[in-house]
Amino acid sequence: MDLTLKVWRQDGPGKPGEFKEYEAKGISPDSSFLEMLDVVNERLVEAGEVPIEFDHDCREGICGTCGVMINGHPHGDQKGTATCQLHMRRFSDGDRIVIEPWRATGMPVMRDLIVDRSPLDRIVEAGGYISVNTGGAPDANLIPVPKPAAESSMDAAACIGCAACIAACPNSAGQLFTSAKLAHLNLLPQGQPERYERTIAMVEKMEEFFGSCTNHGECEEACPKSISIDNIALMNRDYIVAKFKDRRKAGQT
Amino acid sequence: MTTLDAKVPAGPIEDKWTNHRFDIKLVNPANKRKYEIIIIGTGLAGASAAATLGELGYNVKVFTYHDSPRRAHSIAAQGGINAAKNYPNDGDSIYRLFYDTVKGGDYRSREANVYRLAEVSNEIIDQCTAQGVPFAREYSGLLDNRSFGGAQVSRTFYARGQTGQQLLLGAYQALARQVSLGNVKLFNRSEMLEVVLHEGRAVGVVVRDLINGEISSHSAHAVVLATGGYSNVFFLSTMAMACNTTAIWRAHRKGAFFANPCFTQIHPTCIPVHDEFQSKLTLMSESLRNDGRIWVPVDPDDTRAANDIPESDRDYYLERIYPSFGNLAPRDVSSRAAMRMIDENRGVGPLKNGVYLDFADAINRLGKDVIEARYGNLFEMYERITDEDPYEVPMRIYPAPHYSMGGLWVDYNLMTNVPGLYAIGEANFSDHGANRLGASALMQGLADGYFVLPYTIADYLADWLNISPVPTDHEVFQEAEREVDGRMKRLLSINGTRTVDSFHRELGKIMIEYCGLARSKPGLEKALSQIPALRDEFWKNVRVTGTEDNYNSELQKANRVADFFELAELMCRDALEREESCGGHFRVEHQTEEGEAQRDDLNQAHVSAWEWKGYNVPQAHHREPLEFENVALAQRSYK
Ligand SMILES: Cc1cc2nc3c(=O)[nH]c(=O)nc-3n(C[C@H](O)[C@H](O)[C@H](O)COP(=O)(O)OP(=O)(O)OC[C@H]3O[C@@H](n4cnc5c(N)ncnc54)[C@H](O)[C@@H]3O)c2cc1C
Ligand code: SF4
Ligand code: FES
Repeated sequence: MDLTLKVWRQDGPGKPGEFKEYEAKGISPDSSFLEMLDVVNERLVEAGEVPIEFDHDCREGICGTCGVMINGHPHGDQKGTATCQLHMRRFSDGDRIVIEPWRATGMPVMRDLIVDRSPLDRIVEAGGYISVNTGGAPDANLIPVPKPAAESSMDAAACIGCAACIAACPNSAGQLFTSAKLAHLNLLPQGQPERYERTIAMVEKMEEFFGSCTNHGECEEACPKSISIDNIALMNRDYIVAKFKDRRKAGQT
Repeated sequence: MTTLDAKVPAGPIEDKWTNHRFDIKLVNPANKRKYEIIIIGTGLAGASAAATLGELGYNVKVFTYHDSPRRAHSIAAQGGINAAKNYPNDGDSIYRLFYDTVKGGDYRSREANVYRLAEVSNEIIDQCTAQGVPFAREYSGLLDNRSFGGAQVSRTFYARGQTGQQLLLGAYQALARQVSLGNVKLFNRSEMLEVVLHEGRAVGVVVRDLINGEISSHSAHAVVLATGGYSNVFFLSTMAMACNTTAIWRAHRKGAFFANPCFTQIHPTCIPVHDEFQSKLTLMSESLRNDGRIWVPVDPDDTRAANDIPESDRDYYLERIYPSFGNLAPRDVSSRAAMRMIDENRGVGPLKNGVYLDFADAINRLGKDVIEARYGNLFEMYERITDEDPYEVPMRIYPAPHYSMGGLWVDYNLMTNVPGLYAIGEANFSDHGANRLGASALMQGLADGYFVLPYTIADYLADWLNISPVPTDHEVFQEAEREVDGRMKRLLSINGTRTVDSFHRELGKIMIEYCGLARSKPGLEKALSQIPALRDEFWKNVRVTGTEDNYNSELQKANRVADFFELAELMCRDALEREESCGGHFRVEHQTEEGEAQRDDLNQAHVSAWEWKGYNVPQAHHREPLEFENVALAQRSYK
């Protein structure tokens, strides 16, 4: 198939950027979206031009490194699919495809389609863990976890940290990502002792970088792992409880 | 040729690790903060080591070329992690896990290391559970297990099809906690390009910032490489795009011995190649072989669709040839069997380059829901890539390069032969011999990082108390920085006509053909004449666009591919030198009448460790003899 790409090019952080057009001819419908970009880039190099820079690594939808806006949709319009898993058979011959980086003030563009997602690490560093040192953990089966709790925790833990939810949100809110991390830990018995401190710390860190949630729901729509917006409700509930609670009794809920 | 000493402690195998921990030197808690440790890599091995060393009180600096530690390729592991818990009460034990792993590795691993691995396996599960890793559970709330290739017990813990992801998130979170406490300093998008030595010891590294190209030096009392595997030497593999050999290769060039480079694993269950533009191969977890049955048509000319081929015209070849392990035969055995089917022209799919993995029986027996609960995400991934629904038609699978058992040589303490330089996780060679069993790499990465290195590193550090690290303005650092900078400039100035990828693809083709599933003397000799020629062409004719002081993925790739050429040559040399077939290393000259691998225990029961002697000069060959005191050497049989 033959396509026309309209791609955001930007030389570095803080530099001005612009859209440029490229022809992508003779693309196999069995190729993935990123393999299509590889072909375009290899031709650019052959022509002595600087290829389009984009982030990617595993190419199987698990590392969360990839992610671009494709015709205005984060990761393209196929539901539950990361950019690297999107295949060209979703497009038609002759299509014009607009490719842009994630846009959010908290995640500046580093080059072309690459953005700085390190705020997500900062949010996890604020409290997205269970404070156990290595060694001395009790036998794993001493802490039975009801299967439904383990399953819901796993649903939330499936977040790949790609930041599509933030890119999708008109307010650039970080709620879906943050709530997924919180739900993963807060739903497990092991996560209870630090539940409320964790929630406050992570929410407050999130607010340093990102906008506020006004329930648009675009995040869930864009999420390649179909992380549920219900996690945000749980986070809000925990946050309110934490704020009003007598913290010394928190462990007894 | 020297004989290497692995410093394995004396005494019965069950007591070695306990005694060793008692015998080695300790660093007292108050003194730990006087030490600086550099860790390269934040996969399971690197993240768990950094977190644990940080908890202990050391000052740790950790580097990754990814934008976040959570992106390391450990994230992609699907199937699970082994441990000798024996929760299912099916006869498992530390000894059995040890035995299976030594046998699975075709008797080319070091017994003492493998025993220690089995010993700490249970603590890993405890640790990860306490961290909140959401392992799969039974209705009772207790942990669930499944079985994996090469074992007759159920000892694999898993988190849906995302075990690596969940274990890595656990380690990453522990690391994040140490970062927030200030014990660990994290450098993302930073690629280590040189190991720095002073008076024969590792004293630091040179790193390039991938965003702005800045080159900087970092010094420490010890350097730990946790940089993963090198299967991307084959171009197409199940590794992530950026996985490479540079960190360990640079260490090798500085004197660290490279052990068993030719021991690479070709995994039997990957989605077959579809076309020339393909950038990587996707693994379908081996756990699928628990419920899927592998077959090809009996008749090479059978053109019917899979579901139209009646039972009588199908050959369930693994069940036929290996009745006691059947579809769960180990990886090397299964991969070679698939290759034979395809060589007999009985392959399936448009390019006749696959075999069927069929779930019809399992779906009939257990219902679609059960299969969906077990493998839903894998089925979905398969459908996205191939546009075929595996609930309706059998999957097509084919072997693909997947894991490197070889790596830097390390002693029992996980230290390379260069004092102060350690290698952990897939980057070292230590535990898997000539073939790795499923679900044991995650175990090894976490064993090294959580439970082994944090103890053993003290034995070295204790001698350097109150001695500051070599300052980064020292000549050894300045020289290393000049080398790195010179290499970047050289790559950019060639300005030839071929892209980096075109070289990498060509190298991959040579390697898969001559150093892949089957290897022969004439083939390896051919590869050994083609690789240096291609490498020379690369240095004359590669085209790297862009500049040095900006994000430049072509430059990053070029630098990595340059090292792959040198590694590829060594792999072929090692394969040529090893006159036997064992595990993933199958020399066609050495096979039994039935076409199974034929080991030569008399002459080849050793680790081959190679010493760098200079560019274009053959490496020197050293050996570490392997002694088997606990497991009797036997012809491996899965029949
Ligand atoms: C698709 C797939 C599925 C698998 N499934 C399983 C399974 O089910 N069970 C199992 O036991 N094993 C499995 N494995 C194997 C296992 O995942 C790996 O062997 C293991 O995770 C490797 O961990 P590691 O920490 O050694 O390296 P990695 O996770 O690869 O981490 C390497 C780290 O080093 C960094 N790095 C590398 N070079 C440099 C450099 N020069 N400078 C700076 N940083 C650098 C990277 O950024 C990264 O952080 C699987 C492997 C693959 C590919
Ligand atoms: S919640 Fe979804 S969209 Fe947001 S970071 Fe996680 S996986 Fe990406
Ligand atoms: S490249 Fe890893 S999720 Fe897309």
